[in-house]
Amino acid sequence: MSEYLLILVSTILVNNFVLVQFLGLCPFMGVSNKLETAMGMSLATTFVLTLSSVCSYLAFEYLLQPLGLEYLQTITFILVIAVVVQFTEMVVRKTSPLLYRVLGIFLPLITTNCAVLGVALLNIKKQNGFVESILYGFGAALGFSLVLILFSAMRERIAFADVPQPFKGSAIGMITAGLMSLAFMGFTGLVNI
Amino acid sequence: MSVILTAILALLGLAAVFGALLGFASIRFKVDGNPIVDEIDSLLPQTQCGQCGHPGCRPYAESIAEGGDINKCPPGGEATIQALAELLDVEATPLDSEHGEEIPKQVAVIREDECIGCTKCIQACPIDAILGSAKHMHTVIASECTGCDLCVEPCPVDCIDMVPVDQGLAAWHWHSPKDQNIIATDKMGLVTEGANLS
Repeated sequence: MSEYLLILVSTILVNNFVLVQFLGLCPFMGVSNKLETAMGMSLATTFVLTLSSVCSYLAFEYLLQPLGLEYLQTITFILVIAVVVQFTEMVVRKTSPLLYRVLGIFLPLITTNCAVLGVALLNIKKQNGFVESILYGFGAALGFSLVLILFSAMRERIAFADVPQPFKGSAIGMITAGLMSLAFMGFTGLVNI
Repeated sequence: MSVILTAILALLGLAAVFGALLGFASIRFKVDGNPIVDEIDSLLPQTQCGQCGHPGCRPYAESIAEGGDINKCPPGGEATIQALAELLDVEATPLDSEHGEEIPKQVAVIREDECIGCTKCIQACPIDAILGSAKHMHTVIASECTGCDLCVEPCPVDCIDMVPVDQGLAAWHWHSPKDQNIIATDKMGLVTEGANLS
């Protein structure tokens, strides 16, 4: 049990995908202008990341490994992720038009989020089991959501602040992201394994 | 050789399974409703006046999507017919005079001292642009009024006039943004301007 908790804490805080491993930076900078869109993006990412993490684990364990095709993992995972995203979009569109409107364009955009592929590949590299893969994906998504929402809330406030002309817009966003990354380094010593 | 063959077959098999899954999902989770209706609806002037014979702009858009005539909208006039013809790739036909003629944009104005507060015009207004309550004076929100003149008929004291709106350069303004979810950061420009002034 404590092992599972450890995976969650590790992926959310200590080895945060965005601020420590620097994966998924494009949506992190791209959709953090508004809190509302950031929330939509985090919701969609959480869903897809968890699901694709499981699916790619299954594809690796029951298709690639028995056939000795481990070297095909990247292309297989890309295929799996694309299908999961597409399938999710169809289901959400049918079952919950409201959620579909909230997620909107972000759902298909997740296909290109490198964190999703990163989680799938890291699962294999770390030789995570089934439950561990689920938790690893879910934790990574929670960490991504946490950082994205915090960052977008900050950016909304920075928009009101009296920022010097050369730093306006994306520049101050980059600086903020760097400072946040520094702050997250403080979690490094949180867990002793 | 057999290694390559296995790899190709495995990937092909996986792709086939996923393709079948997506194919199944696209039928099983098919969304009812026609996206073209939304596009047509966005081109219509949204006066909800009913001059086309449909109870509003959206029903008219649905009838166009099913192959109805595109020349039944007097408030939109030639410009709307042109835009619809372009969208649907059909011939632009002149406005059908049976449904009314194209007139310059109007707004309803209530002569307020004559208003008896009957609320009949409020009920007639398709876009809730009339304010007022029973036995109190009513007034029209000019910026909301689409000029559909549906409120003129029900008024028992005939105190509503249709006044043409000035269409010159002075009256021109930007179209309102499509996305109406205006939040704090959208007002950024206004706030910083204010800060500079003070």
